[in-house]
Amino acid sequence: MTSAEPTTLVTPEMEASKGVWGPETRSYPVSESDIRKWAIAVYWPETPPRLYWDEEYAKTTKWGSIIAPEDFNPFAWPPERPATRQSAGPVPGKKPAKGENILNGGQTDTFFTPMRPGDVITSRSRLSHWEERQGRHGLTIFAYTETEWRNQKDELIKRRISIGVRY
Amino acid sequence: MANNVYFEDVSIGDEVPAFERKTDFMNWNRYAAVNDEFVFLHMDDEVGKAAGQGAAFGMGNLRWAYVLNALRNWIGDEARVRELSMQFRAINHKNDVLTTVATVRQKRVEDGEHLVDLEINVRNQDGVMTAPGHATVVVPARNG
Repeated sequence: MTSAEPTTLVTPEMEASKGVWGPETRSYPVSESDIRKWAIAVYWPETPPRLYWDEEYAKTTKWGSIIAPEDFNPFAWPPERPATRQSAGPVPGKKPAKGENILNGGQTDTFFTPMRPGDVITSRSRLSHWEERQGRHGLTIFAYTETEWRNQKDELIKRRISIGVRY
Repeated sequence: MANNVYFEDVSIGDEVPAFERKTDFMNWNRYAAVNDEFVFLHMDDEVGKAAGQGAAFGMGNLRWAYVLNALRNWIGDEARVRELSMQFRAINHKNDVLTTVATVRQKRVEDGEHLVDLEINVRNQDGVMTAPGHATVVVPARNG
């Protein structure tokens, strides 16, 4: 039985953390430069909307300042790089074991207050539930994680249900 | 433009103008650079192959960004995206040409807000619909 595939990809850690909010993560203050570079990257080579980089223009809109695109990630590039943040998923030169391959299965986001320069965003997540089934790559698990982001005024920024896939 | 679309002017079946990009390796890398997403699966063909995907593949969230861009271009700067949901069902291979698809399916007024619900997808150059989902935007009303 040593070479048999596992019958489940559910780990004891998943069982223990199901439904439990993890520790909060706090972002560095969002800067205009962070937002501008994000917008340039996702609109390349088109000039992104002025709302994302031109403060004088943004002041004339109902927002009153630059806002960030809905998908902007204020948690990118923390200076400390623990092993869990170095690189997700399989690495070169090592055949991934069953369950070590990962995919982003998708997500559902509900957006509330937009992010702005100067905001400090706090995030918390919890594993909601999971389902396993046989797929193109054999046994595959779909894990659903709920995440909430709030700003420094405790206003809700977004709520996300994401689907993490392992096979 | 501040506002581009008014509730009264939207009809069921309307198609949102597409946002289209060829996803070459630099395109992926620009996204990795801002999103801190240097993952071997997106960078190294051997790792992508060992994972059963043929080669390195693109980030689902880059398609997510393209759909948000399409919606923002359509609604203008002052309207809002309330919800977006997508499943990344097919892989984005290098040099794919991805085109957003967004079709109005429903209009409704809820708590005084004028909401438009859309069916969402991202089509590749072979006609494969890679990322089905839905979105809701909040738009102004001329009489609202």
